[in-house]
Amino acid sequence: MADLMSQMTGWLSYGSFFLVFAGSFAIIVLGLNLQWGYTGLFNVGVAGFVAVGAYTSAILTTPDAPERIGGFGWPVAAGWLMAMAASGLCSLLVGLVALRLRHDYLAITTFGIAVTIQLVATNAQGLTGGPFGVQFIPKPLQGWLGTGLPWTLGYLALVLALLALAYGALERLVRSPWGRVLRAIREDEDAAASLGKRAFVFRLQSFVIGGALMGLGGAVYAHFVGYIAPEDFLPILTFQLWAMLIVGGSGNNRGALLGAFVVWGFWTAAGGLLRGVVPQAEQARAAALQVVLIGALIALMLVLRPRGIVGEEVTVSRER
Amino acid sequence: MLQILTDGLVIGSVVSLGAIGLSLTFSILRFANFGHGELLAWGAYLAFTALAMFAAVMPLQGAAPIAPFSFGWPLLAAMALSAVFTARLVLALDWLLFKRLRKQGAITLVIASFGAALALRNLLLFFYGGIPRYYSQELQIAISLLPRSVWGGMRITPDQLFVLGLTAVTVIALHLFLQRSTLGRAMRATSLNPQLARVAGIDPERVLRAAWIIGGMLAAVAGVFAGLTVQLRPTLGLDLLLPLFAAVILGGIGSVWGAVLGGLIVGLAESAAVSVVGAEYRAAAAFAVLIAILLVRPTGIFGEKA
Repeated sequence: MADLMSQMTGWLSYGSFFLVFAGSFAIIVLGLNLQWGYTGLFNVGVAGFVAVGAYTSAILTTPDAPERIGGFGWPVAAGWLMAMAASGLCSLLVGLVALRLRHDYLAITTFGIAVTIQLVATNAQGLTGGPFGVQFIPKPLQGWLGTGLPWTLGYLALVLALLALAYGALERLVRSPWGRVLRAIREDEDAAASLGKRAFVFRLQSFVIGGALMGLGGAVYAHFVGYIAPEDFLPILTFQLWAMLIVGGSGNNRGALLGAFVVWGFWTAAGGLLRGVVPQAEQARAAALQVVLIGALIALMLVLRPRGIVGEEVTVSRER
Repeated sequence: MLQILTDGLVIGSVVSLGAIGLSLTFSILRFANFGHGELLAWGAYLAFTALAMFAAVMPLQGAAPIAPFSFGWPLLAAMALSAVFTARLVLALDWLLFKRLRKQGAITLVIASFGAALALRNLLLFFYGGIPRYYSQELQIAISLLPRSVWGGMRITPDQLFVLGLTAVTVIALHLFLQRSTLGRAMRATSLNPQLARVAGIDPERVLRAAWIIGGMLAAVAGVFAGLTVQLRPTLGLDLLLPLFAAVILGGIGSVWGAVLGGLIVGLAESAAVSVVGAEYRAAAAFAVLIAILLVRPTGIFGEKA
């Protein structure tokens, strides 16, 4: 009986870990969906914006650390708000430079900013802890729920609540007149411009809101794990997030949510399978294959079902 | 002072050769190929494998390097083989992926190329492992071109001189090809105005193929140069991608001389960054160049349309 109980607890704890990760990714993918799905902005540096959010909140909320700047001991909620602000600001700067130009310039610029952020995270030891990263990131509610399963479940509830909040807000936004202008610009910029809509301003707004959500997702991730390092934000993360959006179906917030959970499930299952099958010495090579696998998945999806599982909602204007 | 210049030109040669290919495919296929860096990496590793095979088949012949260089004829043969196979690789990639997506627009191609890059990079990691590798274990002594008293002097290894020389020859040959040959003219026409080129009876598929092949071969040569002057590692392509894009945009998309000049400027910026802010921020130099050109003149130095 006790055996069964502990097994149940094990499953529950594994399941909630999985869901917390998938939930934080879903927040980021919602931001990416606003940028790409609704506005047609191609962001190749998602991991960079996620990293800015994660590091901002980590530096602001950790207890005083002598070896680096920061450790300001702020409350976690304030850290998360600042994470959104910092990633939003970062998006604003990138957007101001690249959003007026043709779309592949944005892709290249966002790629560049992600590389640069990665460099800063690795080398600015006085700010980010360098390769050692930031440790002892406070876990909210821990004083109240302890450290074990109750805390994981509590954090899961928090993540899901934030996710629901972000989803609800985005649904309202994209259905508002503002959201319609976004899609109009995406489909035909000249037509939208002729109606007096300044494409650049709308694009910039969408890009900044999406970036802020990426920062929030990064902060939520950081406070769950309690430790971040530069290698958490490599280009592979960008790619996983893109896979989630494409598999789920871009241009549809429900698709973005679904994709986050499906692809994260696929990723962890593939990882578990490879770890089980491949001998210990070959594990590093197996991890490389895991990435190739997800690369193939995204390519296959683009060729066979470019609309994703859910696909974009068809919006038809009602006749009056 | 002068040493920064020399190092910058050597880095710049690698970037230039890679950037020419990227610029050609960018202007003819009309999308930013994030997989181009991986072509350099694959080119470098394919030459490494060819070299190992030569050594296995003919252990004695060709083992001795040619006079001042760290390599013998096997590396030159390996480079040629690698160029052929890298071109094959990129054609296979086009057939497998890009060709099927061409109708869906440029941005789908960009996403696909991003995915292909990741898969290609991790295949390299899978086959070769993460340890840095070298074409030769020979140590090279830099020769002094100018004494230390003249602006800090100038030293260069024979291999680096070889890279500079062969880059110049390649660029001039490519220039002549694009200016004089029928296929070269067809490529330039397609890049300027695809509809008009089609009306004039130019087969777009043939031009696309040629762009991929030239891009792939130049990438392989650039990759071998990177392996020769630095080292081989699976992230070679990823690390070069940002400098490549910076060079292409700086020079103006589609311009061969622009890509060469852009590559050299990016190389100089990187080598200046190493001596000013330190080697760890070297990659950010390319980003700084990119932002500067986007703010000042987004069409690039030789570009006309944005």
